[in-house]
This record gives sequence, C-alpha cells and structure tokens, in this order.
Amino acid sequence: MDVVFFFEVLISGMLSGVMYSLVALGFVLIYKASGVFNFAQGAMVLLAALTFVRFLEMGLPIWLALSLTLLVMVVLAVLIEKLVLSHLVNQPLIILFMATIGLNFFLEGLAQGVWDSQVHGLDLGIEDVPLAAVEEVTGMFISVFDVVAAVIAGSLVLVLSIVFHKTKVGRALRAVSDDHQAAMSVGIPLDRLWAIVWAIAGVVALVAGALWGQRLGVQFSLSIIALKALPVLILGGFNSILGAIVAGLLIGSGEKLAEVFLGPYVGGGIEAFFPYVLAMLILFIRPEGLFGDKIIERV
Amino acid sequence: MIYREAGQIKTTYRADMAIFPITQDRIGFMIIMAVAIVAIPTLASTYVLEAFMIPFLIWGLAAMSLNIMLGYAGQLSLGHGGFMAVGAYAAYNFATRIPDLNLIVCFLLAGLVTAAVGVFFGLPSLRIKGFYLAVATLAAQFIIEFVISSFPWFAGDNMMGAVDTPAIVLFGWQVDETVERYYFVLGFVVVLTLLCKNMVRSSIGRSWMAIRDMDVAAEVIGIRPLQTKLIAFGVSSFLAGIAGALYAFVYLKACDITSFDLFQSFNILFMVILGGLGSLMGSYLGAAFVMMLPIVLNLLTTTFLGGTGHSDFIANAEHMVYGGLIMFFLIVEPYGLARMWTTTKEKLRLWPFPH
Repeated sequence: MDVVFFFEVLISGMLSGVMYSLVALGFVLIYKASGVFNFAQGAMVLLAALTFVRFLEMGLPIWLALSLTLLVMVVLAVLIEKLVLSHLVNQPLIILFMATIGLNFFLEGLAQGVWDSQVHGLDLGIEDVPLAAVEEVTGMFISVFDVVAAVIAGSLVLVLSIVFHKTKVGRALRAVSDDHQAAMSVGIPLDRLWAIVWAIAGVVALVAGALWGQRLGVQFSLSIIALKALPVLILGGFNSILGAIVAGLLIGSGEKLAEVFLGPYVGGGIEAFFPYVLAMLILFIRPEGLFGDKIIERV
Repeated sequence: MIYREAGQIKTTYRADMAIFPITQDRIGFMIIMAVAIVAIPTLASTYVLEAFMIPFLIWGLAAMSLNIMLGYAGQLSLGHGGFMAVGAYAAYNFATRIPDLNLIVCFLLAGLVTAAVGVFFGLPSLRIKGFYLAVATLAAQFIIEFVISSFPWFAGDNMMGAVDTPAIVLFGWQVDETVERYYFVLGFVVVLTLLCKNMVRSSIGRSWMAIRDMDVAAEVIGIRPLQTKLIAFGVSSFLAGIAGALYAFVYLKACDITSFDLFQSFNILFMVILGGLGSLMGSYLGAAFVMMLPIVLNLLTTTFLGGTGHSDFIANAEHMVYGGLIMFFLIVEPYGLARMWTTTKEKLRLWPFPH
C-alpha cells in the first residue's frame, strides 16, 4: 500500500471530520446547558448560512453581513427561549427533544420561506486549493481551506472550553444541565442562561454554516449535515467539547479510510453509513462515548 | 345527560373487563364500524378512497405502532420509516420467492421479520434512554435504508431499487378494485387495533406504562425492564412492518425505498404527538390531521392568494405550520387531540347541568 496515499486520505479525512465537529459543537453546547439534545441545530446552520449569504448578495460588506447575521441569530435565540423553552421548563427531557424536532421543521420552513430555496454560492475568500508547501515536501494534497477550517474549529473549542470550565456562566450552565429545578432554586437565572447558550449555539451554527456553505453551496442539504454530526456526538460523548473535536477527527478519517480501502469490496457508498454503524457499536459498548460523563441512567 | 354511565351496573367480571364498559361507547364504536364498513365505501368516490381513506388507515396503523412504543412504553423511535421499509421488502420477498404462500401469512411473516429487526435495534435501550435511544433508532433508519438500497437482492435483483409488488390474491379472490383494497386494509387495521387495545389493557400494557412513568419504581415492583422494553420494540415494529407491507402492496403497488425515508419517520412521530401520546384512538386522529393539513393549507392559499404557482410557498408554509403545531401541542396539550376528546366526554357527562 502506498504510504503517502494512506496518509493523504487519513489527513484529509481528519480535516473534513473537523467540519463535522463544528456542527457537533453546537449540539454539545445546548446539551451541556440544558440537558437537551437540540435537533434543530441543523436548521440553525441552514438559517445562519442562508441569512449570511443573502445579506452578502444584497451587496453588504462582509463585516456588516456577518454582524447582522449574528444579530439575527441572537434575536432568534431569545425568541426561542421566550416562546418555546420557557414554557417547557421541568418537562420530561424527551418532550423538550420533540419540541426541538418541531423547531427544526419550523426553522427550515422559515429560512426557505423568508429567503428562498435556491442554491447560493458563498465565497469567504479562502481558496480550496492544495497547500503548496506540504505538497512539495511530502507529495500530499492538503487543502488550504480544510486547514483554515481546522484552525477555526480548534480556536472555537479552546474558547468554549475556557468559558465552560473557568467562568461563572459556564459553572451555572453546568448546574442547569444537571437539574433545572435545583439550579433555579439556588438562584440561577435559567431563562437568561438559556438565551445566552442558544445565542452561542447560533454563532457556532453560523461558523459551521459559512464553512460548509463555501464547500457545498448554501442550500437545504446543509440541514442534513447535522445528521452526520450525530455519530460524532455519540462517539465523543454528548457533553464533551473536547470529545466533539476528537470524535470528529476519528469519524472523518474513519469514513474516508473505509470508503477508500473497504469501499471497493462492498460496492461503494460506505461513507454515508459507516459513521452510523460505528455509532451503534459505541452505543452497545460504551454508551457515554469516549469523553462523556458517566451519568447515563441505567435501568 | 346523553353520555353517562349512571345506572349501568356491572354484575359480572366479564362486564367489568369489557373493552367498552359504557353502553354509549359500544354504540359509538358500532356506528364507527358501520360507517367504515358500509357508509364510506358506498358514499365516497373511488378517488377519496384511493387518495385519502387507504393511506389514512395505513398511516394510522403506523402511528399506532409508534404510539405503543413512545406513548405506552416511553421509548422514542425515529426509525419507524425504516421499519416500515423492512416490512414492505420482507413481504415482497416472501410473496415473490414463495408464490404459493397465502398473502396474509406473508404479511404476518413480514411483521415477524420486522419485529426481529426492531428488537435488534432496541437492544441498546437496556443501557441508554431518551435521545440516546432516539439517535440509535435514527442510525437504524439510515442503516436499513442503506442496506436495502445497496443490495439489489432485496428488490428481486432489480437494479433500480423500486419494484412492482405482485397482485393481491386471497383464496382465489383477486383484490384489485379500490373498494376491495379498502376492505383488505380495513380488515388488517380493525383486527390489529382491537388486538392492541387488548394488549395495552393487559398486564403487558400496564408494565409498559410502569416503565414509561418511572423505570426504577417499575423494576422494584418486579417488572423486568429489558423484557418489557424489548416486547414493546417487537410489537411496535411488528405493526410497523405490516403497515409498511400494506403501504407497498395496497397503496403504492410497488416497493420503493425512497418512500420510507427519514421524513416518513418524522411524519409518523408528528401523527403521534398531534394525535395524543398514549392513546390508540389518538394515533388515528393524528394520522387524519396530518393528512388533512396539506389539503387545508392548499385550499387556504388558493382561496386567499388565488391561482396556483405557490408550490414553493406552500411547501415552506407546511413546514412552518407542522413545526409550529408540534411545539404548540407539546406546550399546551401534550396529550394531543385524544385528550381534547376525553375532555369533551367529561363535559358531555355533566351536560347540561355542569354544577
């Protein structure tokens, strides 16, 4: 087997896995803060990317479009909190989960109703070409875009980890995730915290949407990508920011390697479902994932 | 005044255990059956039967299967579309590979195959709960879709993936007229619904509800969680399998994996939430509601906006209305339309003197 080729597949897989991690991060954030698995994250990615790209198409400069989109996501977070979540405090988590499925449909309709359902090209000014220096030294093709995405994801993870573990807000968020009622009774302002964390998740969705949007075009399929982030979540553990990134690397490289080296034997297309098989195995063996807290209720 | 149980004294254990203990309920049930068996086939046009009644019954059955799992046993599944696909393809393979087999037997076998698949994907439910399980069943949906579409063997070695199902013949009776097909589906639905009604009233149904309400307490009083959950998975996917087989054989007249995608899984979930968690009747109400919604929306847009050409708008509006309704119901009435019906009945008992 060609070693260079193997490493090329491995590294490009890892880098595309980082893109999954970006989406998975949004899930982890909301899970950590409310104990809820937010199914609407994919729709938020779509909405953020679509809003951003349509602002750009109106001829706004990139910084203005970016800040306007951020504003939209923050307002959206506050609205979601006020209109939906605040009414569902202390309900069984599964009810909250189903509400986010409803939210997912609502946001998908909203995003495409307000803007449109065409495919929009998005150019962030990062070129999707092989990195020249790496190519000269090793002969591997590593895309500049992937590297930039990885750096962005890495810094997001760093910042969020610090927020969650070192600040007062982060501590409060972790308390809320443990028990809504107990957190409220010690004076944690649940509503404000939820609005904050949904806003942060909206920002992460915007980053993920912009990067994915440049790669695939901004279109409906962006909200499907969220589903590909689920195996990453299971592997990494629902409540671990670090887990999301490591699992993203593992899943990304795993699926690319499986596609390239196993695919020919089973007729290809393995990439699409390999992560799910992996996720099922993880659920059987170690349901809390690689980095998740061992607090799964066993009955 | 009309609807009350005063004076209806139960003197035997049989009477106490009847499905419909109140005379008015029995009469109501008979009226519904009479409407379903006599009135609808004679009055409704072929188009209504074909486009509304048959899919309504099938989706109602599918919603009931999910309701048993989610509403009674408390286990969320996002893979029921996949389970329906398993049922459809299993029935197809039984019917084409063993041509002499009676079609009802085929359907039941297909249900059993689906039950086995469902139990397999339910195995992680011993260790995980809630949305972990939701993700596991979501994985089931994708894996099933992938396996069926990538191995042509399932579709009779047809590379297209979609195949026509064989004609429905029962004891020499060719079921091909729309009315006949309606009766065929109705037969399955009525028998299975009555079976389920009895099941959820029996000890197994009660243990499902105990597990749903508080699993630790259920275990303390001697209910085995593993067995109970797996039975719920089995029964639920058995029904989903039969619904899938009916959908393929009677409605589509073809097996096509794309008609059992994730969106159908969500659709079934919506029927259950809107209709009412933990109510068999609610499943049918929810199915009717979800099927009517696009029709009503379509009517509204054509009357208020005029003309056609709003298909994009309608599709998006449909998404928003669906999502909005789901959130609305979860907040305001988590037990859905069925709960509203119960409230009406309570009011009716006291009417016209509510105090």
